[in-house]
Amino acid sequence: MKFINIFLIVAIILNFNFLKADEIKTENKIAKNLRCLICQGQSVYDSDSEFAISLKLVIKNKIQEGLSEDQIYNFLKMKYGEWILYDPIFNRNTYFLWLLPILIFLAGGAIIIKRFYNKK
Amino acid sequence: MKSKFISLILILIFLITFVIFFKGLKNSNIYTPDTNLKKEVPSFKLKSFEDNSIVISEKIFKDNDYYFMNIWASWCIPCKEEHKFLMELKKDDKIELIGFNYKDKFTNASNFLKDLGNPYDIILSDKDGTASIEWGAYGVPESFLVYQNKIIKRFIGPINNEDLLEIQKIIR
Repeated sequence: MKFINIFLIVAIILNFNFLKADEIKTENKIAKNLRCLICQGQSVYDSDSEFAISLKLVIKNKIQEGLSEDQIYNFLKMKYGEWILYDPIFNRNTYFLWLLPILIFLAGGAIIIKRFYNKK
Repeated sequence: MKSKFISLILILIFLITFVIFFKGLKNSNIYTPDTNLKKEVPSFKLKSFEDNSIVISEKIFKDNDYYFMNIWASWCIPCKEEHKFLMELKKDDKIELIGFNYKDKFTNASNFLKDLGNPYDIILSDKDGTASIEWGAYGVPESFLVYQNKIIKRFIGPINNEDLLEIQKIIR
């Protein structure tokens, strides 16, 4: 009986640790995807400015409140605008940005295929 | 004929890219938030600066009054600069000043107010800066003009004489 109890306690503690580790992982992932607004060329994760420190804390709190990653991004987008996200959203202004690499890739592929068949 | 066509396309692509990048040179890459947003006041729960009692946002912001929410800290030098304008604004009884003491030590902050005067009607302490994030703030000092539970104007950085006149014009 005692053995089972100990086993259960250990199992529960281990489970908590897993949960926490997951939280920290998503926390870091979100912070890495956010632009630190007052420091140029740095993510929130990399920055130690007052703003970034607070923002990391907010992310942590939001995760604990049970918000999903997307909900947190949306929350921050509402507060600070799209600029805070490193991943630009697909819209009128960013069609070119998103589609250009694909177009170039396709054009390159077409050239290669053409050459290949011509040789034959 | 064919090679001419390809070189024409290449030149075209080059030109388009050039124009895009050239235009991009003039875009600011510094975060510039919208200062004229009609956003709802975020709800928050903060400790009062003077006596550590908990204050809820709903109790502060009433419908038909103007509120000037100012984020400040004793360690922030531009805050000293704008302080005289806040003192000036305090004289107007149509507006209530709410101070967000941002990441500050109590003794430093109270010394700051003792030396320069206290313009605020209510002071809340935002010890970890999370409540300021809810407001969309990203530095000190920053101020928000609130009316009917909406942020009607936002001031980034210290307010100056022009801002003061503008506020006085709005609340008149």
